[in-house]
Amino acid sequence: MQYISPTTVDEAVHALSSATGACRILAGGTDLLVQMRAGMKRPDTLLDIKRIDALHQITAEDGGWRIGAAVSGAEMGEHAALVSDWPGVVEAVNLIGSTQIQGRATMAGNLCNASPAADSVPALVAANAVARVVGPHGQRDVAVLDIPSGPGKTTLEPGEFVASTYLPARGARSADAYLRFIPRTEMDIAVVGAAVSLTLDADGICTAARVALGAVAPKVLLVEAAARALIGSRLDAPALDALAEACSAAAKPIADKRGTVEFRTQVAGVLARRATLIAQTRAGGPA
Amino acid sequence: MSAIHVTTTINNDATEFLCAPDETLLDVLRDRLGLTGSKEGCGSGDCGACSVMLDGRLVCACLVLGAEAEGRTVATIEGMAVGETLHPLQRKFLEHAALQCGICTPGFLIAAKALLERHPDPTEEEARYWLAGNLCRCTGYDKIIRAVLDAAAEMREAG
Ligand SMILES: Cc1cc2nc3c(=O)[nH]c(=O)nc-3n(C[C@H](O)[C@H](O)[C@H](O)COP(=O)(O)OP(=O)(O)OC[C@H]3O[C@@H](n4cnc5c(N)ncnc54)[C@H](O)[C@@H]3O)c2cc1C
Ligand code: FES
Ligand code: FES
Repeated sequence: MQYISPTTVDEAVHALSSATGACRILAGGTDLLVQMRAGMKRPDTLLDIKRIDALHQITAEDGGWRIGAAVSGAEMGEHAALVSDWPGVVEAVNLIGSTQIQGRATMAGNLCNASPAADSVPALVAANAVARVVGPHGQRDVAVLDIPSGPGKTTLEPGEFVASTYLPARGARSADAYLRFIPRTEMDIAVVGAAVSLTLDADGICTAARVALGAVAPKVLLVEAAARALIGSRLDAPALDALAEACSAAAKPIADKRGTVEFRTQVAGVLARRATLIAQTRAGGPA
Repeated sequence: MSAIHVTTTINNDATEFLCAPDETLLDVLRDRLGLTGSKEGCGSGDCGACSVMLDGRLVCACLVLGAEAEGRTVATIEGMAVGETLHPLQRKFLEHAALQCGICTPGFLIAAKALLERHPDPTEEEARYWLAGNLCRCTGYDKIIRAVLDAAAEMREAG
């Protein structure tokens, strides 16, 4: 095995596409090094992207934020302006692991590891985030929703990697929230995760919404029927009931030791409802 | 597998070592450099017994490659006491009997020191969340938390 640590994106693209054998991107390593130790992954080359300065930046761009693929969860949590625009995305990222894990884990790594239970992914999908993918044929922008294709699988082509993730501009009276259910209070894998991003008008009526669920299907779900239930409403009881119903209907979970199908299906609706109320408060609340 | 030559700074000492590309920083510290204070409880990021500071960030040394230490600074438990003088956290862990077998202790001390550098006056809840990635199978967390909060109070008074 070899370890390489290029210092520019171009060098990294070149190294990745010219490597012989399996080459893996190493970001925080909090998934990859565990999987290697367990013998689940045996790369011939590890390409560490943490020496690339450009990938360590959180940059304001067109009213939104571009977050480099080497930025750690802790760094996102310390960025006050980012937290104020996208509190739900940052809270989802900050739920990953412990203080120690936060010092290393990246949001792009959480996305590319493609676990159905990855905490930041529903929040990114609700935020309508876009991943910037670089590769031998240049760069392309891909909706985060379209990056995972199933457990442990992504739509990235050979030689491609995610250089950054873009969170769009936030208008007035807009906010997001993420909630997960775990049996403990921290350091556990989501049994269900729910993210809501919404915008209210001056009268407290919801004018835009996106709702996403994690851990209830082979990949993250964007639940458009749930968003439709919110849009045009004051997020009152009937709207929230319809949202919860739409989320439970969309959930297609498996049963395992962490939760039954019935439990996950119901909790998907419960969490989406609670996340909506949190987002509503953050967006300035009812008029 | 070709060995990688790494030049780094550990506990303020310039250090060089050779390691395999897939060798963890924890294995380098323990097996190559004789710094056996950092412990391996799980090797998978769950227990925090291997906690060290890497460029001022608290991390699990079992989830860092030795090769990644090139040009960076590492701080381990071996650098915590100054000569014979224990750090206040170390003293308070002894006073509060916040350890039994001691396997988790170096990790708790490194993590608690990182906490107090950022938050000199943490609430009990903040301290418990910050230390949630450090597991102890013997002592129970109460004595550990008391020791950390007591050390914080003493350090604030000492200013
Ligand atoms: C103790 C512990 C607790 C955890 N708790 C949680 C939790 O609560 N919630 C949760 O969701 N996850 C959790 N995780 C999993 C892990 O920490 C996260 O998925 C993390 O975000 C992974 O990011 P990383 O930078 O460490 O990725 P890495 O391990 O470096 O990479 C993960 C995978 O993605 C690929 N990859 C990384 N970056 C890129 C990129 N830019 N482009 C293309 N491919 C890339 C790698 O090749 C690898 O296959 C936990 C892990 C541990 C060890
Ligand atoms: S040995 Fe590193 S976290 Fe347990
Ligand atoms: S004292 Fe034994 S694990 Fe904590």
